[in-house]
Amino acid sequence: MGQITLNKVSKSFGELEVIPPLDLEIKDGEFVVFVGPSGCGKSTLLRLIAGLEDVSGGEILIDGKDATDIPPAKRGLAMVFQSYALYPHMSVRKNIAFPLRMAGLDKAHQDKKVEEAARVLNLADYLERKPGQLSGGQRQRVAIGRAIVREPAAFLFDEPLSNLDAALRVGMRLEISELHKRLTTTMIYVTHDQVEAMTMADKIVVLRAGNIEQVGSPLELYRTPRNLFVAGFIGSPKMNFVSGPEAQKRDATTIGIRPEHTRVSTDTGDWPGVVGVSEHLGSDTFFHVKCDAFEEPLTVRAGGEVDLKYGDKVFLTPDSAHLHRFDREGLRLP
Amino acid sequence: MATKASRAAARLMIAPSVILLLGWMIVPLSMTLYFSFLRYNLIMPGDNPFVGWENYYWFVTDPSFKAAMVNTLLLVGGVLFITVVGGTLFALLLDQPMWGQGIIRIMVISPFFVMPTVSGLVWKNMFMNPVNGIFGHLAKGMGFEPIDFFSEIPLLSIIGIVSWQWLPFATLILLTALQSLDSEQLEASEMDGASWISRFWFIMLPHLARAITVVVLIQTIFLLSIFAEILVTTNGGPGTATTNLTYLIYVSSLLQFDVGMGSAGGVIAIILANIVAIFLMRMIGKNLDA
Repeated sequence: MGQITLNKVSKSFGELEVIPPLDLEIKDGEFVVFVGPSGCGKSTLLRLIAGLEDVSGGEILIDGKDATDIPPAKRGLAMVFQSYALYPHMSVRKNIAFPLRMAGLDKAHQDKKVEEAARVLNLADYLERKPGQLSGGQRQRVAIGRAIVREPAAFLFDEPLSNLDAALRVGMRLEISELHKRLTTTMIYVTHDQVEAMTMADKIVVLRAGNIEQVGSPLELYRTPRNLFVAGFIGSPKMNFVSGPEAQKRDATTIGIRPEHTRVSTDTGDWPGVVGVSEHLGSDTFFHVKCDAFEEPLTVRAGGEVDLKYGDKVFLTPDSAHLHRFDREGLRLP
Repeated sequence: MATKASRAAARLMIAPSVILLLGWMIVPLSMTLYFSFLRYNLIMPGDNPFVGWENYYWFVTDPSFKAAMVNTLLLVGGVLFITVVGGTLFALLLDQPMWGQGIIRIMVISPFFVMPTVSGLVWKNMFMNPVNGIFGHLAKGMGFEPIDFFSEIPLLSIIGIVSWQWLPFATLILLTALQSLDSEQLEASEMDGASWISRFWFIMLPHLARAITVVVLIQTIFLLSIFAEILVTTNGGPGTATTNLTYLIYVSSLLQFDVGMGSAGGVIAIILANIVAIFLMRMIGKNLDA
């Protein structure tokens, strides 16, 4: 079981309120991702759940029981840290066995569990090595192994992939998703990378300055962002925002249109403009188009084979079904 | 980058300092070696005949030599034990966030800046003196007989004074080592269910191992040659109770005016120090490689 409820949880460091009171419900078995720009309080929130920081107000319920004042070790949660926090003087085997040893499990039992975890994580050949002799991905797996053997109610991940290179990150992302499907344990995952959030989450919690901006499945957030912040944060490349006469024409203060929902044409369209820099990814091409009607250039996605050069005249047409309208406060209009 | 010409130039540039340092060491060393084989006593002027190993024989068979060796070992061992254990505890304390941290840290480190002679005299006259010392007053105030430290427990008193001097050094090195410990490791072990004692034993102490090695190595080298504290407090006495090897060499060459005997003692001290150094490097030098 791993159901976690935050009830009016808040955190202040001295005068500074990092997290104003917030409520959140995490269901058993869910993969929840906290995402937001750096300094938005997502790591603090995770540490509050872990018990590494004391809450300033409110309560944390784990499986319906009040865990607010329970020390971290007794909450039944396991955490994987950004730096992996492996114990450098212990072999991989001892690292993974450490929580079991602290729990006073007998040696035979420990060994069995460690072997089991090593098999699941492909670490069997490295058990006698020290963390310093492992690659980044392997260290990551040891850290996960140390979390698995405790059979926790929920896993907490604090930006676990940010120290890996891009290729390895994609691989580990898949491995963690696989692990979640296999273990079906609740996982809470903190990241600033919206791609990680979109690809892994059952439920995304978008945070800004300690406030929850929106909670929902990846596609919900993509399709119906609640406000300008979520709209700009979710999706890559970023959504284009346009204000002024074009927005007023549609009864909004700001309108948002994603690069993938804009058509490019060389002869007809709503907004004439000039092609600026283009980024060719092979499968797609992103054009930065300076339209006559707007100050800021718009980003547009086109097929990989579309051949437009710097300075070419083009016309853009937004797909009106996927147009997002926002009011003066930046909130979504229906 | 290092071409043949630049390497030659580099050697040429370094040469003066190397030659100076080498001379600084070689000249006194060879003179000591030379004197140690002569009958060379300032009380009996005249020619100084070559006597072979005679000086060494008399130095080693002197009953105070054995006492000096034992005292040296006890002094070094005792101070090392107190400073490493005490330094670790102090470092743990000072690592806690508290009010006035900066001032307290400076105050803890300050004994290290006091000259050995001064601290010896301060301890002797202001603390350990049975009549005027604070300890004597305290004992009397509580109705106990004051302890005459330097006649009742002379070696322990010296160990105490030297430990007081070196505790800051150990504390400083161990504190910086402790601060370099990744806080996520401590948090991870906390989540893993480790109690405070387990965290100290399994995470902090292994992390401190290297710093402790450094403390032990450096202190051993300095503690083998403790002299000023003994000279100003006990003069090696009562009897030979606080005479260490350094002090015995001083007694032979400067109190008994036997330069030959003193030199022989010096050579023995050099050899012993090197044996200890090799032993220490072998034993704990491994710690420094990793």
